[in-house]
Amino acid sequence: MNSRARLSLAVALLPLAAGALPSPAAEIPLNERRSAYDDMSRDNKAMQDDDTSNPGMLAVLDGEALWTAKSGTSGKSCADCHGDAKTSMKGVAARYPAFDTASGRPVNLEQRINLSRQQDQKAQPFAYESKEMLALSAYVALQSRGEPIAAHDDPRLAPFIDKGRAAFNQRQGQLNLSCGQCHDDNWGKHLAGNTVPQAHPTGYPSYRLEWQSLGSLQRRLRNCMIGMRAEPYAYGAPEYVDMELFLMWRARGMKIETPAVRP
Amino acid sequence: MSAPTATATRRQFLAAAGGVGLVLAVRPAEATPASMKQAIRQVVSEAAVKRGKIKLDLPPLVENGNSVAMSVTVDSPMTAKDHVKAIHVFTEKNPQPNIISAQLGPRAGKAEIQTRVRLADTQSVVAICEMSDGSFWSDTVDVIITLGACLEDLP
Amino acid sequence: MAARTLINVPPKAKRGEVIQIKTLISHIMETGFRHDNVGRPIPRDIITSFVCTYNGEEIFKAALYQAIAANPFITFHTVATESGTLAFQWTGDNGFTQDASAKITVE
Repeated sequence: MNSRARLSLAVALLPLAAGALPSPAAEIPLNERRSAYDDMSRDNKAMQDDDTSNPGMLAVLDGEALWTAKSGTSGKSCADCHGDAKTSMKGVAARYPAFDTASGRPVNLEQRINLSRQQDQKAQPFAYESKEMLALSAYVALQSRGEPIAAHDDPRLAPFIDKGRAAFNQRQGQLNLSCGQCHDDNWGKHLAGNTVPQAHPTGYPSYRLEWQSLGSLQRRLRNCMIGMRAEPYAYGAPEYVDMELFLMWRARGMKIETPAVRP
Repeated sequence: MSAPTATATRRQFLAAAGGVGLVLAVRPAEATPASMKQAIRQVVSEAAVKRGKIKLDLPPLVENGNSVAMSVTVDSPMTAKDHVKAIHVFTEKNPQPNIISAQLGPRAGKAEIQTRVRLADTQSVVAICEMSDGSFWSDTVDVIITLGACLEDLP
Repeated sequence: MAARTLINVPPKAKRGEVIQIKTLISHIMETGFRHDNVGRPIPRDIITSFVCTYNGEEIFKAALYQAIAANPFITFHTVATESGTLAFQWTGDNGFTQDASAKITVE
């Protein structure tokens, strides 16, 4: 972004940034929630709707191959334990992040995949945002397409949802903005050429045109924090998983769209 | 910004060296309406290009210039005697004036292609078709590219 | 590593029917105009050519340039003449080549 655009962005956001007190954002009423899909152009919607033109499906095909690939010293594939993903993985992504008893805290889908790789397949974990991780998580999440998001039923998750909510409403970065100020209070308005979405994680991993590739929810959160001029956490940080959990709670009942296409 | 002479020299060198296959380590000057005209001339030579028959479909307002849905259709019976031989699409302000060049023929049945293109800035896009009788037809669409608000570093 | 492709050809068609073929391939289409975070140019790496043959006969060909978006999506039409195989080939910079095919039954 050139300096002129950056300046006009800073000026546009001045009224929001001026306040010093934390601002409790007004939660969006459940029946007013909408996916960013609804704000997209006709052509981008068509790209998402057609499995033969959705670039995210290329990663899904890679993930399908990984699902049956023997891995690690165990010589097992995901399929060897989990069978046909269409049945065994149905609804799974819709209820992640989920509570992990061993660590006593929630883990997201990518972490669960890696835990399985290390513990059950005795294989090396996939790096965050690696081609393999994106492909496999996209393939697993596809099996929840159309399912309502349900990552909140477990009472053990409650304190972590609270942490995520606090982070969502916490002002941060040089622009001193909280997520809620844009995504709860000003959704639907415009920031430069973009419509501000409500920020529901219904389609992750998503094919973002800005990235020209598939990317995870954490990548998106990091990019938002960088946009606010805040130092992002490392991939896999518990702060991100708590935020993911809160966002999924906030989007409860909305349908999974993975792999979504977004501008 | 390079002087026009430097740009022309670089482009002549590119054309002489075999065009698309060459990679230069210097930042090329942006395409201009003049370089687009040059690229068009390489396809049509001195033939007249008329408006009509071909339809270029691009969204007038684009959310992200990295991937813009584009459709080109030519009204033609696609018979052996009367068909579209080729469709060429050009851009006015991308660093390189060509987008795609497709060869069709009577076996196509219907002269329509779709793809997704990158558009660097608000500009005109020109589609030209070559018919079996040697005639050329064109259509032009003006596209507005909007920029994203937030800067994202590479991870 | 092979580039992933996604082909959409109707499995069945009537003789003489005009069918639409959709193709998608995984490729970065690096333009050569970008620079990395220390200002070094990132070399061009694009698909430059796409060809489709129908039972060995070329029915569609396209030259692609940097302006084609990453993960190129191309659709075109052809007349369903006979049963057989549609073969697709993409070629590009750095010796890139990828093949794919689809069968069609024409009644």
